[in-house]
Amino acid sequence: MDRIPILRMGNYLLVTIQVDLYDRLAQNLETDLVQMVSKTGARGVLIDISALSIVDSFMGRIIGNIGSVSKIMDAETVVVGMQPAVAITLIELGLELKGVYTALNVERGMQLLKEKILIDEDETEED
Amino acid sequence: MYIVLNKDRMVIEKEQDVVPYRNRVKEFAVKIGMSLVNQTKLITAASELVRNMLKYANGGVTTIEVISKGRENGIRLVFADKGPGIADLNLAMKDGFSTGKSLGLGLPGAKRLSSEFDIQSTVGKGTTVTIIKWKNG
Repeated sequence: MDRIPILRMGNYLLVTIQVDLYDRLAQNLETDLVQMVSKTGARGVLIDISALSIVDSFMGRIIGNIGSVSKIMDAETVVVGMQPAVAITLIELGLELKGVYTALNVERGMQLLKEKILIDEDETEED
Repeated sequence: MYIVLNKDRMVIEKEQDVVPYRNRVKEFAVKIGMSLVNQTKLITAASELVRNMLKYANGGVTTIEVISKGRENGIRLVFADKGPGIADLNLAMKDGFSTGKSLGLGLPGAKRLSSEFDIQSTVGKGTTVTIIKWKNG
């Protein structure tokens, strides 16, 4: 069965979605990612959607779910590289991608994740 | 009225048909020179409607047409299914209403993304949704 590869880099999991996903593939990605977070203890998930020409409500829900479940598993999710036309369409559709952080590109996305995780660690040290 | 310049028909019966269908719509939109933002809106609306058709009626038939009205060109998409139909269209068009386990953005979202939107439904017979996106609309 087709799978979207998930790369592990230290505390982070990286996913680049290169093709327009059909439903089964998107759902597999959701379960695979959550299992990987649990297995590796990753603190951050970065999803690159720069190759996606459209994000409909189904795809939006999958991204939102990944964010919410990862959050429960103590990992932050950032979505990077959204095309401007996709962003405009998402808002008009009424989808706000709650529960995930977004960043312009991979570099800024990684920066954001590092900051989030650092803040978390600082807070636990103070306790 | 509209003049139909070009026409194609696709049967949608499984989820794997969604991506090829979207690609076909994109080809038509590119052919008439629609801007990228409008293309994206059209394809997203099409994706929502085609998914609805699969989810609630196990598929149906779609037509893609290039139409013209005066000097304006556009794409008209028709989604016809023989599903259970919609009892309360006003309710179905409301944001956040869904009888399935979805976000309930499909119909109202598709309407916002289209230039023109029409829905006809008879309980027990099926539902037909027609949308038009003008090239510069």
